[in-house]
Amino acid sequence: MNKHVSPKMNRRAFVIGTAAVGAGLAIGLDLPFGGPAVVRAADGSPEIGAWVVVRPDDTVVIRIARSEMGQGSLTGLAQLVAEELECDWSKVTTEYPTPGQSVARKRVWGDFSTGGSRGIRSSQDYVRKGGATARVMLIEAAANEWKVPASECTVARGVITHKASGRSTTYGKVAEAAAKLTPPADVKLKDPKDWTIIGKGLLRLDTADKTTGAMTYGIDVKLPGMLNAAIKDCPVFGGKLKSYDEAKVAGMKGVKKVVKVGDTAVAVVADTWWHAKTALEALPIVWDEGDNAKVSSESIAKWLAEGLDNDQPAYVGNKNGDAKAAIAGAAKKVEAVYSYPYQNHATMEPMNATALYTADKCEVWCGTQNGEAAFAAVLEASGLPAEKCDVHKVMLGGGFGRRGQTDYVRQAVMIAKQMPGTPVKLLWSREEDMAHGRYHPITQCKMTGAFDANNNLVALHYRLSGQSILFSLRPEALQNGMDPAAFQGVAQSGEAAFGYSVPNLLVEHAMRNPHVPPGFWRGVNVNHNAIYMECFMDELAHAAGQDPLEFRRKLMGNHPKHLAVLNAVAEKIGWSTPAPQGVYRGIAQVMGYGSYVAGAAEISVTDGSKIKVHRIVASTDPGYVVNPAQVERQIAGSFVYGLSALFYGGCTVKDGKIEQTNFDTYNSMRINEMPKVESVMVPSGGFWGGVGEPTIGVAAPAVLNAYFAATGKRIRSVPLRDQNITFA
Amino acid sequence: MANLTINGKSLTLDVEADTPLLWAIRENAGLTGTKYGCGIAQCGACTVHIDGVATRSCGVSVAEAEGKKITTIEGLASGGVLHKVQQAWIAKDVPQCGYCQSGMIMAVAALLNDKPKPTDADIDEAITNICRCGTFQQVREAIHTIAAA
Repeated sequence: MNKHVSPKMNRRAFVIGTAAVGAGLAIGLDLPFGGPAVVRAADGSPEIGAWVVVRPDDTVVIRIARSEMGQGSLTGLAQLVAEELECDWSKVTTEYPTPGQSVARKRVWGDFSTGGSRGIRSSQDYVRKGGATARVMLIEAAANEWKVPASECTVARGVITHKASGRSTTYGKVAEAAAKLTPPADVKLKDPKDWTIIGKGLLRLDTADKTTGAMTYGIDVKLPGMLNAAIKDCPVFGGKLKSYDEAKVAGMKGVKKVVKVGDTAVAVVADTWWHAKTALEALPIVWDEGDNAKVSSESIAKWLAEGLDNDQPAYVGNKNGDAKAAIAGAAKKVEAVYSYPYQNHATMEPMNATALYTADKCEVWCGTQNGEAAFAAVLEASGLPAEKCDVHKVMLGGGFGRRGQTDYVRQAVMIAKQMPGTPVKLLWSREEDMAHGRYHPITQCKMTGAFDANNNLVALHYRLSGQSILFSLRPEALQNGMDPAAFQGVAQSGEAAFGYSVPNLLVEHAMRNPHVPPGFWRGVNVNHNAIYMECFMDELAHAAGQDPLEFRRKLMGNHPKHLAVLNAVAEKIGWSTPAPQGVYRGIAQVMGYGSYVAGAAEISVTDGSKIKVHRIVASTDPGYVVNPAQVERQIAGSFVYGLSALFYGGCTVKDGKIEQTNFDTYNSMRINEMPKVESVMVPSGGFWGGVGEPTIGVAAPAVLNAYFAATGKRIRSVPLRDQNITFA
Repeated sequence: MANLTINGKSLTLDVEADTPLLWAIRENAGLTGTKYGCGIAQCGACTVHIDGVATRSCGVSVAEAEGKKITTIEGLASGGVLHKVQQAWIAKDVPQCGYCQSGMIMAVAALLNDKPKPTDADIDEAITNICRCGTFQQVREAIHTIAAA
């Protein structure tokens, strides 16, 4: 990096080939005599630290390492930088550094992964410092020019002023000088009370192109000479490709090549994707399905049910007192078994990636939630070293956790590697996407609650049986075999802590890992844990003859933040006053991703089977709210995703394969089914919680508890589709 | 070969008659604003106007579309001015990931053409597009804003 080369040569040499999609940035370096290196963006404008580029026209380009998939954190992250930078928001634009550039610069942009509702909360500190660092350097450059102390200069909206001498200048004018300064060793961040950009519901920075068709998603990438591929992977997970009869499709229109992709898949490469897909469907394929072909939803359910038995081994995730003894000696006990199915992410844009492989370079263009993981996949699949690979990120047509995995990236490279020099876009059909998800894990849960003679809850035994995501995807994160994430929402402490105090508590997980690959699905383990715990809490309240809200409140004295959001929801929905005639209420709370959330629903039920959701109230305390308009959208969106899963979701297994194939068998809510979500934001400050996921946890239990209030019938499994319950 | 009239332009495309219009639009005409979501006319991401009627282009063949006036999201603006639905979508910050929004906007534009002041019931009936991000609340609000203007 500290090589002296002429800026012109350098800029040209470092330009990354992104002309086709117009995204990404180029890096140039120049080392002026006697000063630190100036790093330049594609257009030659200087970097003022890694996070900020200032153009001569005062445009501020903010680097965003995390991925935008609709959740709005591209805009939120820009707000964080702009707040400290004191720039003019109307002149802010953004760009993605590539993972290859980041690796070449010792990961100057930190973590690229965008999952676990981490986008804002786990980078807020260093991106704000990036903005503050640039501000200090820009002011210092102006002060140097004027030969006045920097402390006498002020800045507002990108205009630096020295009041005593009446001089002013702009960021664009001093950027070149600022770029040559040594960055300050330490910067002080603003007190949150002084924020003027953070906390505002500013419009997103990426909307206009989404309304004209101009936004480039992975599926839209075009490269000169590009071919298109359609793929089929063995429909039984763990099975293999045995053979295929290429001759049967070789003469079909547009077909260029049929290629084996690893041990498990075959792809047809053609001039257009439609030709590739048409030929793929005509291609005779023989699979070696293996033993997993014997697995069904029934066999999985039976295996999981065995794990609910106390005699089976289990990992303990949360414990106090002696729950089993207290239950044995209790005056009254309540027991219930719940279950939650596999779910497909079903992003609107099916998985895809475009790869160009040559003997000394491999580049990929794709939507990914984890640029660095995609980069690692490119290295592995291409066999080329890091300096010869890169990933160009484009807008994601939905992520929800699915695009944190890199299976589709690896496939695209494996195909392109068999056609050196020709860019190939691999696009999955919706059917392939449904068949090869990374599914929400499947679990069952047996809960036992025990009361003393005065109807006080004295013990709770929460026994999960089912799949671990970390076992499959991040085994290095297991703790002596235990998956700590399995206890999201019912954990002893931390970012997903249990919100109730029960004198005798045992929370445990009997791990059962069926062959269907699990993944991080928006909300992840909070989804089922919140349904199990919050519906069972409702059962306990009714068993004790108490109001579900009051019953919870009594157990939440030591959990003031959990209680505060629950109270906020109760007040907003009017819990203390009767619901309208024929309308029934349900309530739920949980903690996840560092945020406290609660939800309440008002529903009516016709014939016991047709549900109309009239009202939803949801509250969140994420510590700080960076953009309330986007948080509101994330809350409402999480309810659409969570209620779609409750009513219509659920993937079943037959002969080792997923049975659902498209939106006709895996439906999703429409506008007529979704009421307005009333958001109540109660940020209490002092911590940074996530936003994209936590509220999904309370969506289903709030509605299920309302259903019990309406019908007296307790639903303990998902989806409602399988119980002939639908939207009215 | 097929002759298609897309966004006011007559195009001769090297495409088979039984190809779904969606793929002729995306791959042969090169207009990628119209999105593939399901291929079975369920999700609405591929919605275009055929003779003014909101239609799922994955379920219509090239042969069926010949001789008709096809409008895609790229042809919705007129004379460099965005359509009122596009303007409202920007002002109300409707899209999240945005992938379904081309189809959503086309469906809404057709609705407003038929019913300039739609009720909630009209919206519920006409707008059946899937949005996995869950923008329905903003979609509904933006439609009412346009109708009130």
